[in-house]
Amino acid sequence: MKNIKILGPGCKRCVATADMVQSQADRLGVPVTIEKVTDYAAIAGYGIVSTPGVVIDDKVVHAGGLPKSEDVAKWLAA
Amino acid sequence: MTTETLTAPPHAAPGSARLIGATIVGLIAWFAVYWQLEPFSKWAVAQLPIAPGSHLEEAASFFIFDTPKVLMLLALVVFAMGMVRSFFSPERTRSFLAGKREGVGNVAAASLGIFTPFCSCSAVPLFVGFVSAGVPLGVTFSFLIASPMINEVALGLLLALVGWKVALTYLVFGLLVSIVAGWTIGRLHLEHWLEQWVLDVRSGSTDLPREHLTIADRIQAGIEAVRDIFGRVWVWIIVGIAAGAFIHGYVPAEMLAGIMGENHWWSVPAAVLVGIPIYSNAAGIIPVVEALLGKGAALGTALAFMMAVTALSAPEMIILRKVLTARLIAVFIGVVAAGIIAVGFLFNALFT
Repeated sequence: MKNIKILGPGCKRCVATADMVQSQADRLGVPVTIEKVTDYAAIAGYGIVSTPGVVIDDKVVHAGGLPKSEDVAKWLAA
Repeated sequence: MTTETLTAPPHAAPGSARLIGATIVGLIAWFAVYWQLEPFSKWAVAQLPIAPGSHLEEAASFFIFDTPKVLMLLALVVFAMGMVRSFFSPERTRSFLAGKREGVGNVAAASLGIFTPFCSCSAVPLFVGFVSAGVPLGVTFSFLIASPMINEVALGLLLALVGWKVALTYLVFGLLVSIVAGWTIGRLHLEHWLEQWVLDVRSGSTDLPREHLTIADRIQAGIEAVRDIFGRVWVWIIVGIAAGAFIHGYVPAEMLAGIMGENHWWSVPAAVLVGIPIYSNAAGIIPVVEALLGKGAALGTALAFMMAVTALSAPEMIILRKVLTARLIAVFIGVVAAGIIAVGFLFNALFT
C-alpha cells in the first residue's frame, strides 16, 4: 500500500492532480491511500514552494503544476 | 526506489522528431496567418452594417483587429516562454536566493521573478517556503512584486502592441520598483509583522529528482503553458480588448488627454489609486493601455496605471493576509505604490 499525499491549498490543479494519481493507480492496480494536505505550514514543511506537490511514502517526487501522467505511472510502478 | 527509475534517461522516442517538425510547421503557419490579419479584419469590418467613420465602426475595427492579434501574439510569446521557463523552477530559485545578502539578493530576486513560473494560487506556499528557507524578507518581496508585474505576457504584448522602447522602459523601471521596494521593506526590519505561524515553520529540505528534459519535452512544456495560460486569461483579454475598443471609439481624445495628459500633477497618483484594487493580468490591461496611449494619455501615467493593476490587486492581498499582518500589507502597498508613482512622474518628466 503506497501512501500518497497531495500538497496544495485546494486549488483546481491540486484536485486534478489527486484525481489523476487515483485514476493511474486504479489503472495499474496499485493499492494507494491518497491524502490531501492543505495546511500551509505542513506544505512548507516538505520543502516545496510551488503547488501542487506530490509525496509518495514521505518522499517528494513532484512540485508545481500538473504532473505528466507517464511520470505518475512511473512513480507508482517504482 | 532508485533515482534511475524516476528520471529514466531522455527517451529518444520517434515521436520527438515528429513533434519538432510539427512545431516548425506550426510556426510557419502562425506567421502566414498573422500577416493576413490586417487585410482580413478590414474586410470583416466592411461587411458589417455600420456607417464608415462612426464611433461604432472605430470601436468594432479595434476589436476585430485586436482580438485575433493579441490572442495570436500571446500564444507565440507564452509558447516561447514556456520553453524558457522549463529551465527554471521556484524550488531552484529559492535555493539560489537563500542566504543571499540584501541588495544583491533583491536584484537577483527581481530578475528571477521574470522567468520563474508562478501562479497567484501558489503565492502563500511560495512566500512561506522562501522565508522559512532563509531568503531575507525584503528579497522575498522583490520576487513577489516583480513576478506578476514583469513577465513574458506583459513584455511580449507591450513589445508587439506599443513598441520596443516602451517595453524596454517598462522592464527597466519595473525591475527598479521591485528592487527598491523590496530593499526598503527589508531595511524596515518588519519580520515580527509576519503572522506568527510563518515564523515557526521550519522548512524541510527536498531534493527533487533532477529532470532531464529533451527538446521535445521543452516543446511540450511550451504547449502546456499555452493551454494553461489561455484557459485562465482569455476572458480577461476579451474584456480588456472590449474596454480598449470602447475607449478607442467613444472616449473623446480631449477628455482623456485632459485627465491623463501631462498637465496635471495629480494624474499619476490618481491612475495608481484607481489601478491598485483592480485585478487583471497583464494580458487584459495592455489593450487598454494601448487605447489610452492612442488617445493622448501621457506615457508615464499609462505605465503607472498598468504597474499598479498588475503588481497590486485586492485578491492577492486577501491571499497574502494569511501570512502577513494587516500592518505589513499596508506597508507593502504603500512602498510599492510610492515606487510606481515615482516612476510615473519620472517618465512624464523625461518624455515630454
